[in-house]
Amino acid sequence: MLNIIHEICDLCGTCVSVCPFDALELFENRLKLKEENCTQCLLCLNVCPLHAIEEDSE
Amino acid sequence: MRSRYDIVVVGGGPAGSSAARSAAMRGKSVLILEKDRDIGIPVRCAEAVGEIGLKRFLDPKPEWISNKVNFARLIAPDGTAVEVSHHVGGYILNRKVFDFDLAQMAAQHGANIMTKTHVYDLKRDADGKINGVKYLYLGKPCEVESRIVIAADGVESRLSRLAGIDTVLRLQDIETCVQMTVANVRLDRQYCDFYFSSRLAPGGYVWVFPKNDHLANIGLGISGEHNAPRAAIDYLKEFIQSHYPDASILTTVAGGVPCAPYMDRMVTDHFMVVGDAAHQANPMTGGGIVLAIWAGQICGEVAADAIDGNDTSQKRLRQYEKLWYDAGGKVHIRSYRLKEAVYRLTDDELNRTAHKINKLAPENRTLVSIFKTALLHNPKLISDIIKVFLS
Repeated sequence: MLNIIHEICDLCGTCVSVCPFDALELFENRLKLKEENCTQCLLCLNVCPLHAIEEDSE
Repeated sequence: MRSRYDIVVVGGGPAGSSAARSAAMRGKSVLILEKDRDIGIPVRCAEAVGEIGLKRFLDPKPEWISNKVNFARLIAPDGTAVEVSHHVGGYILNRKVFDFDLAQMAAQHGANIMTKTHVYDLKRDADGKINGVKYLYLGKPCEVESRIVIAADGVESRLSRLAGIDTVLRLQDIETCVQMTVANVRLDRQYCDFYFSSRLAPGGYVWVFPKNDHLANIGLGISGEHNAPRAAIDYLKEFIQSHYPDASILTTVAGGVPCAPYMDRMVTDHFMVVGDAAHQANPMTGGGIVLAIWAGQICGEVAADAIDGNDTSQKRLRQYEKLWYDAGGKVHIRSYRLKEAVYRLTDDELNRTAHKINKLAPENRTLVSIFKTALLHNPKLISDIIKVFLS
């Protein structure tokens, strides 16, 4: 699973714009991951300008 | 605030305000919904704009402008600076004030505006036709009806996806950006600097845009393809540390800029997309302020005419796509090809090009001759470009 580090996230939406599966959403000043849509393709993690998304080790 | 408008615009940036203003000027009732607390904040932008471009649409007010720049330097990987000989007239804006004013202009023509409104879905009638939006205002679910919805909701444009328009960007078509506004730097405020180097900013460039003699927007964009394992923030920290070690950081913002082929589909029934959401930024430079205002104007005009003609179908709204293409489509396509060519140059090729250009008489170092030299001295590139133009 992906882990969003909210302390780092700047809410810029770059990850949302590349997600092919509509698994990310900026919702009321918080980046939300819709786990049911996520295929863990990691595009969002690779494109984040700030390293605010990481792979959860669990 | 009413329960029904002719047009609801989602997003209060330059594209949204411009579309709202041009529709309101034509007598339409318009509502702008902005998700953030303030119009104009945060500023996810390097704030540079061409003087000629801006003046085509607006009469610049002094309070919009932090600084006027007259010259540009392109800096090669080995540090060779190429000074563009001709006068490059540009402004470094104060986007907080600028965006606020653009929204105010729309309001003066009768547009209603609300902030802190998070649009989370489109509203549809019994037949599935888009007829408004659903939003949260101060945490409360609300709805508003409209005959047309205009999505000016920025690079992430989720609304377009909900409307069935594919706005997903490929990694090579987004520039991953970070910018810091820094103080305690020494600058010549007349100069904008652009650094091209795969070491400093792979698949993109670093910009240094002075807001005055000791304050600047310093940022960079790198191709989404090159953002891992090192990300834009790592490149920028390194650049500032090495070039401006005494800088104090007053602002840090991240953002994604669409540097993508043009979208051939920007409308569907009762729905239009504009600005970064429609990938209208210039793919070579990432500049999008004037282009957003321009497209917003066309978008608002077509929306108003469509409502007057009582036909807001996709077929009618496609007039916007056509007018946009006639106005800027060809430049957009050319810029995308240029981006692909320039970012394919190796650091060696960039260095050699810079040395060649600096042998030209200073008065001949125009942007056109710089690009020509870049292309002439890289036969590989010429054949690539011919291929793109013939394809």
